[in-house]
Formats: sequence, C-alpha cells, structure tokens
Amino acid sequence: MKIIQSVGLVMFLAGFAIFIGSFFTAHYRITDEILGNSTTETENALIQEYGEDMLDHNFATSYTLISQLSGLFEQINQELLNTYSFTSDELQALANRAMEQGGMFSLANVEQVIGADSEAASFKLKSFQDYGSWLDQRQYENQQALFQDLQNVAENIRLYGIINQKGFDRYRIKDLKFQLAKAAGNGPVSRNPWLFLGLTYGLCIIGAMMYILPKRKLDGPPGIKNNNIFFSAMKNKGWLGILTGTFLIVFYVLLYYFPEYMTNWIIMVDPISQILKGSDAGRFFLYGFIYTLCILVMGIRMIIKYRHSKYQMIRTASVMFFQTAFAFLIPEILLRLNKPYFDFKNIWPLDYDFFFDNELQTLIDSGSLGIFMLVWGIVLILVAVPVLVYFFGKRWYCSWVCGCGGLAETLGDPYRQLSDKSLKAWKIERWMIHAVLVFAVVMTGGVLYTYFTGSGQVFGLSTYAVRETYGAWIGAGFAGVVGTGFYPLMGNRVWCRFGCPLAAYLGMVQRFKSRFRITTNGGQCISCGNCSTYCEMGIDVRWYAQRGQNIIRSSCVGCGICSAVCPRGVLNLENAPESGRLNEPILIGNDSFKIQA
Amino acid sequence: MRKIAIIGNGISGISAARHLRKLGNDEITVISGETDHFFSRTALMYIYMGHMEYQHTKPYEDWFWEQNNIKLVRNWVKEIQVSQKTLLFQDGRTMAYDILVLATGSRSNKFGWPGQDLPGVQGLYSYQDLELMEQNTKDITQAVIIGGGLIGVEMAEMLLSRDIGVTFLIREKEFWDIVLPPEEASLIGRHIEEHHIDLRKQTELKEILAGEDGRVRAVVTNENQEIPCQFVGLTVGVSPNINLVKESSIETNRGILVNEYLETNIPDIYAVGDCAEFRVPLANRRPIEQVWYTGRMQGETVARTISAHKTAYVPGIWFNSAKFFDIEYQTYGHVWNQLRDNENQFYWEHSDGKKCIKFVFDDQSKTLLGVNSFGIRLRHQILDQWLREKRELPYVMKHLAKANFDPELYSRYEHEIVTSFNHTFPDMAVPIKKKGILASLFS
Repeated sequence: MKIIQSVGLVMFLAGFAIFIGSFFTAHYRITDEILGNSTTETENALIQEYGEDMLDHNFATSYTLISQLSGLFEQINQELLNTYSFTSDELQALANRAMEQGGMFSLANVEQVIGADSEAASFKLKSFQDYGSWLDQRQYENQQALFQDLQNVAENIRLYGIINQKGFDRYRIKDLKFQLAKAAGNGPVSRNPWLFLGLTYGLCIIGAMMYILPKRKLDGPPGIKNNNIFFSAMKNKGWLGILTGTFLIVFYVLLYYFPEYMTNWIIMVDPISQILKGSDAGRFFLYGFIYTLCILVMGIRMIIKYRHSKYQMIRTASVMFFQTAFAFLIPEILLRLNKPYFDFKNIWPLDYDFFFDNELQTLIDSGSLGIFMLVWGIVLILVAVPVLVYFFGKRWYCSWVCGCGGLAETLGDPYRQLSDKSLKAWKIERWMIHAVLVFAVVMTGGVLYTYFTGSGQVFGLSTYAVRETYGAWIGAGFAGVVGTGFYPLMGNRVWCRFGCPLAAYLGMVQRFKSRFRITTNGGQCISCGNCSTYCEMGIDVRWYAQRGQNIIRSSCVGCGICSAVCPRGVLNLENAPESGRLNEPILIGNDSFKIQA
Repeated sequence: MRKIAIIGNGISGISAARHLRKLGNDEITVISGETDHFFSRTALMYIYMGHMEYQHTKPYEDWFWEQNNIKLVRNWVKEIQVSQKTLLFQDGRTMAYDILVLATGSRSNKFGWPGQDLPGVQGLYSYQDLELMEQNTKDITQAVIIGGGLIGVEMAEMLLSRDIGVTFLIREKEFWDIVLPPEEASLIGRHIEEHHIDLRKQTELKEILAGEDGRVRAVVTNENQEIPCQFVGLTVGVSPNINLVKESSIETNRGILVNEYLETNIPDIYAVGDCAEFRVPLANRRPIEQVWYTGRMQGETVARTISAHKTAYVPGIWFNSAKFFDIEYQTYGHVWNQLRDNENQFYWEHSDGKKCIKFVFDDQSKTLLGVNSFGIRLRHQILDQWLREKRELPYVMKHLAKANFDPELYSRYEHEIVTSFNHTFPDMAVPIKKKGILASLFS
C-alpha cells in the first residue's frame, strides 16, 4: 500500500514537473497566415510595415517574442501619434489666427491651418471636431488661455482619438499578444497536445489517486484523521506550504495579468475545449478545467478523510457536482449551442459582472433563454438568498454550492487550521468584508446608471474606471491571487472570510434572520480547542462552546468540521425555531447556583 | 480589596479566578509553575499528535488576563505559611494573601514497581510530562502502557500517531471495567485491538528492566513474560497532588479535606478540583472528583462563597464523556459497572459493533437512572431533564429521537433501538412512528 502511495507521489510530481517544464518548451514564429488570422486588414498592414523583421523570425522563448511585440505596438502607436497629432506649431498658428480675429476661436480656422489635402490632415480635422467643438465661437481674453485649451484638446486626441481609432489600445494589445503568442508557438505541446495532456493531467490525476485511495486502508478505521498536521511542512507554513503558495500566486498572476505567457498550457487543453464547445480554449477554460479537476480529485480525498461523517460526504459530493455541472460543463455546452455563457449557481455580488452592460445586453439579445437567465439571476439574489438562508443558514450556498467554497472545502481542506482565530482578526474581517460589499454595490450602481442613462460619469467618477478597478483588485487580485494563493499561508477561506461580498450579504441574513445555529451540548465542553483550530473561518468556536452559548456568526459557512472534530460531541449544526436562538449561555451540571457563564 | 491567591491554573483554579472577577474587584493572582497561561489539560494528547499546537489549547487569548485584571505568576510554591498567610516560592520570593484557593490538581500514581523511576518511564498529566514524553519517545519503536483507564488509552492513541507499537497491559478482565459495564468494556476493547494495539487483559506489571544505557529496555509481566520496549507509560490512575500542603496544618487524607463549601479546616483556605476530597461525599459520588467538569463547577462555586454568597457545592445530574480512538462516549446519570439490586437494563448494540446505548432503570418504578452511549451523541439537556423528572423508560423510548445529538444526515437508530426494546420488554412496548422530513423542517 505504501509503495503504491510512493509511486503515486512520484507520478504526480513527474506530471507536475512536465506541466511546469512545458511552459518553456516552444519556439515562436509569426507567419503571414497567423498574422492574417488574428488581425484586421489595417492592423495587418501596420504590423507588416513596422514589424517586418519580426515576421517569420524564430523566437526561442515567449518572453522575447512578447517583449518584441510590446515594443512593436509601442513603436506603431508612437509613429501614429507623430503622424496624427497636432504639432505645437499648428496649435500656435491656430491660436494666433484666433487672436487676429479679435480673440474669437472658430472651428473653421482648423481646416485653414492644417488643410485637408492628406489622409492625416482629414483625420486631424475630424478628430478636432470630435474633441474640440466646444471651443467653437468662444471668446478669449488672451492668447495664453486659448493656447492652453487647444493643448488640452490635442492631448485628448492623442490619448483617446488616435490610439483608439488608428492604433492599438491596451485591450487590443493584450488580446493580440495572447492570440499571436498562442498561434505562433511551435513545440512538443502544440504538436502533441493529447500526449501532453496525458503526461501532465493524466499522470497527476492517476498519481494523486494512487496516493489518496490507499488512505482508506492505511489511515485505519474511519474517524478524525488529523495526526501530524502541525508537524507537516505542507500544512503548517513550512517550506512546502510556502512553495505551494508561491506557485499558486504566480499562477494566478499569470492567469489574470499575463496570460500571453501561459499559451502552452492553454494549447494543452484545446482538445478538451474542442470536444466540449467546439472551439479552442481561452485562459478561463484552462482555469475552469484545472479548478474542476482540483475539486474532483481533492473532493475524493475529502470524502475518504471524513468517511465516518455522512454530512461531510454528502456535502463534498454536492460541491463536486455543482462545480462540474453548473460551473464547468453547462456554461461550455451553452456556448456550443450559441447561447450565452451562464453559470446558473453564481450569484451577484460574487458574480460582480452580472449587471455589466455587455452582459445584460447579451442576455437580452438571447431570446427567451436569455431573459430566463436574467430573471433567474435576479431571483437568486432577491428570493433564494434570504429564503434559503432563513431555513438552512448561509451554508446552503457557501459550503454546498459555491465554487469558491467548493475549492476551499476540497483543495483547501489541508489548510483549514491556518486561519487566524484572534479577536483582532475578527475585527479586521468585519471591516474588510463589508467594505468590499459596499464597493460592489456602489460599483454596480454606477454600472446600471451608465446602462440606463448612457452617461459614463457619476459625481466626476468614471463608472468604467470603477468597474475596472473592482475587476482588477477585487475580482482578480483579492478573490484569485490572495483568495487561493494564500491557502497555505492564511487558511482556505481568506476570500470568503475577508472579501466575498455575497458572503457578507448571506451573513447578514444568517446573523439576523435565520433558523440556523450551532448548538452546544449542555456542559460537555472540555475547552480542548479542536473546534476553533479547525474552523476555516477563524471563528473561536470554543469561546461559545465552553460557556454554553449558541454559535451565531455571520461568517459561519456551516462546513460542520467543528462538530466533526469535537471529541465530546458538543457541537451540532441545527435548523430550529428562532425563539431562544440568541440564547443566554447555558451550562448544565452545576446546581449550586444559576451559572452566568 | 482582598488579596486572593490561587495555586494552580487548571480548569478549577481558572474557573475560580474568572468567577471571582465577575463577582468582585479583589486582587486576584493565579500561580502556576507549569505554564504561563491556562491551557486545556485534556488537549495535551492533541499537541503530541500534531492536531494542535500548544497555543491552540489556550481557551483565552493572552490579553484576556490583563484585561480582566487577573494577575498571573509563573512560579512553583514551595511552602504555605498558614499562620502568616504567606506563600514561599521556590526561588525564595514570598507573597502575602488574605484568601488562598488550592487547585493543585493530581499527579500520576506509581505503586512501587522495581524500575518505575527509570528514564523512559513516565505518566501523563502535566505540560512537563508532555515535554518529557516528546523526548522519551523520540526515534523509538515499541512502548508498553500499564493500566487501562482514560489516560492509558489516550497515550496509546498518541504513540500510535507516531507509528510506535503499543502493548497495553490491563489488570482487569476487560478494558476499564471498573467503570464500564461488561458489554461496553468489551466494545471498547475490540476497538482498541482494531487499531493494532496489543491489548493484554488480566496482565500486571512485575518490574521494569533497564538496559546498558540505563534506560528502560523491557517490562516483565506477572506471568514472567518479558516485553521489550523503549518507553513505559504508567497510567494507573492519578492521586491528589498534596505534597505542598502535607507539611502544613491543612488537613488531608488522600486529598485536601473540604466541606460542602470547599472550605478546608483553616479559615480562608479553600481547595477545589482534583486535589480536593470531600469529608462527606455527596450521594452516589466519589469523595474525590477528578473530572474536568467537576473541577469547573467547584471553581465556579468556591468563587461565590469567597465573594460573600456562601454557596454549597451541589452538582446536578452526573455526566461525563470521553473518546476512545474513534468512538465517543457519553454518560448521564449513573451506570455502574454492575447492575445494583434494584436495577435493570436495556442494552442495544449496532451490528457494526461500534455503537451501543444502555439504559439503566429502576426495576420497580421503571424510572430512568442512567444512560451510556457509545458512537451516538446524546443531547445533554434532554437527558438531564429526563433524569431530573424521573421519566419512566417507555416515555424515554417514545421520545428517544429528541435526545439524539448526532450531526444532520447521519443514520438514525431510534427505530432499531425501540424495536429491540419492544422485543425485549413487551410489557413496556411503545408505538413506533416515523417523522417526515417536512415535519422536521417546520418543527
């Protein structure tokens, strides 16, 4: 048995090493065909013109290719700026002319100064009309003031007009870098994606199973299996934990901010993507694929570990099901059917882009199914959350359905004991999670304002900038990089505890209007601390248990592990009538007087 | 403002300190040589097994004591100068007190076996014992545990977590059968063996042999069998730790003698917890109660007496719990290891042999006297209520589902238990009904 485990471990590590190694194995060449497939005609012409030496050139690493591409796009944009910007002389001439005409600026002057005989001149003329028409017929006291305004107009044209209309804006650059790098890559992975799929995921899955399944026998009879956790380099912030955390953080940073470097990994899952949705994979397909695999493999581990507890087994099966079906398969199949990508179990504000104009538009344009999805999403927010939390507590979502919760309860289970239980941490948590909720609500309010009024500005703030900030810092940075990358350092629920705005909303209902509570059993607590130690949300469960007080905390996700690890059968998750829920502490056993715990 | 000194920072001493603080503003000092802060003694095993670290076993964060104005002193008391109301510490310092609470706990029993003080032989009670055990068991492969009680089985579980082979010598016919009735004792015995522990029943220790290095090398049993080992755990019970007071005028027997107010023979000196012995034991209870819960209750109670609400120690219905490897045990009321004259019992055991429940009742009145439960969690509040209300067994069977405290979705056994009860006691048979899911949702 132990040999099987060792072989499994070696296979897993080999698969993982090949996965990491495959990151570096391609060389890159952008051919005419690749360029043609990825770009518009204008873009193609520009790249042909300025990047001739890059085409059909071999790059040994993605890094050199991408830095060259970055340079190229910058160069092209610079050239375009040179061609299409107003020069200082031209602005001076405009100002002079206006002064000659008694300080009155007129749009008509622009054509007189720059002419209309070239393509550049007509672009300038057009863009000045777009960005500077407010100057028309304005009266100026002195030349300086006018020149100042003209400069502002010219600057706006540089910043927004030229790059957006003629060149490559930053979104397009990001997109093109990714597409070109993915298509240009040539190496063992792109030649044999199936082989590498087997050598990485295949080996890792089989290896993991060989390591996990024998635990059923090796770990002895069913029961709590927490032996040696705090001696483990992996599970108690030792070198293995730090290494794992670092890998996860790097992975998330690449995924969210630099996907163009991880194209080899994405190519590897193209075949799976083709089968599911009939098109090649993007970075979020890769992410969903790995995410689902982690939940499934580590879910099996969780079920074996807690095989004495039906609650844990069924709960784990539930998160495995919802991730596989609702988060992974159904949305991809919807895409295949030309329907909108939709995760039926994701709920705003965790699903923070649910109300984004493009998302709303997609749903509204998708006929009755789209409308159903829109209504479904709103019903989840307004009806399902309060009603189900009332009956079952927020656990119905957080530890039974949610994808973030699913990963935390499976991949994250080995790290649950690392959450901070101090009172200080609780104080920070309450500020932080509610601040994110406010941020999410304000951001969404702005987005909807823009959707209904068409105006992108509220109180001088760009709603686009606010949503972008939220996406980058909360959606990607907090939920992804910190939320998962910090599993081995701060426990498996960092995001759910400190950041998730939906958890904050669910928590408020749970705290104030719910039948759910964790009850403590009379006077049986021995203050051992297992419950607090293994609470992934950092609740000091023992504080309540030892004084005989129901545990009613907005953060409790109802995972039930406190109850499982309790050696004296003290804790129980219960749904019961609300009366007496917020009880005075009761400690049974001492009849000498009425105990005030 | 009186100066109250409490010797011992276990559950008894700390409960006294906390409740004294709730009731008044005396100057409270808790003295311990064992650790700086209160920790849960019952969790020592989990530190060794790597389930927790020492810091996790502290029920209150370190700032708690200062915030509540409870002074903590880390020192060993060497002598109590009763007439001067002064404590003399090991390092020569002294401390005056107005009121003294003794909560010195227990120490492990040793019965004069040859070799019992060899390196590698030890009991397990204090934090220092844990540190010693950590050293004593480093890189060893075989251990012998003497004495089948709660600490013995904990020690076996601890050693097993380090892949150390365990031979477990118990004097009795079945594991812990001085407390557990035969069926339960045998169930736990089987479970211990399921964990590959070599459980030797009716076997006693004769002597412990030293090797050339002076450390333990083997034990010899009363049948002259030699069992090689590098560690011996002596877990043959604990006795009140009264060395400190033996030389003083404080009266002792096995423990420090107290009345129902936990007062010793000396005014202003009290004793609580493991170290206290009641001059007149309460009905159906031992004179020395060495249980976490009773320690807590005595601490709570003595705080009231000291704070001018003189209160006798009146514990309610007896309860206790433990965990033997994977099997949890709870008991309520009195289940003696053998039925007493007026008693009868109903015992049910699950076919997996790992869960059972026993009801002891008065043969005449059919009222419930006590319950033992293994592998099924029971609701303390309900059992306490039934025992107080002297409910008859048919009532208990009829409402058995109410007493269940197992997690949701667990298999429930009330149906099976009551069916078996009806079969065994047809004259007390109760109707069986099942409750629908919807009904329980809206209950």
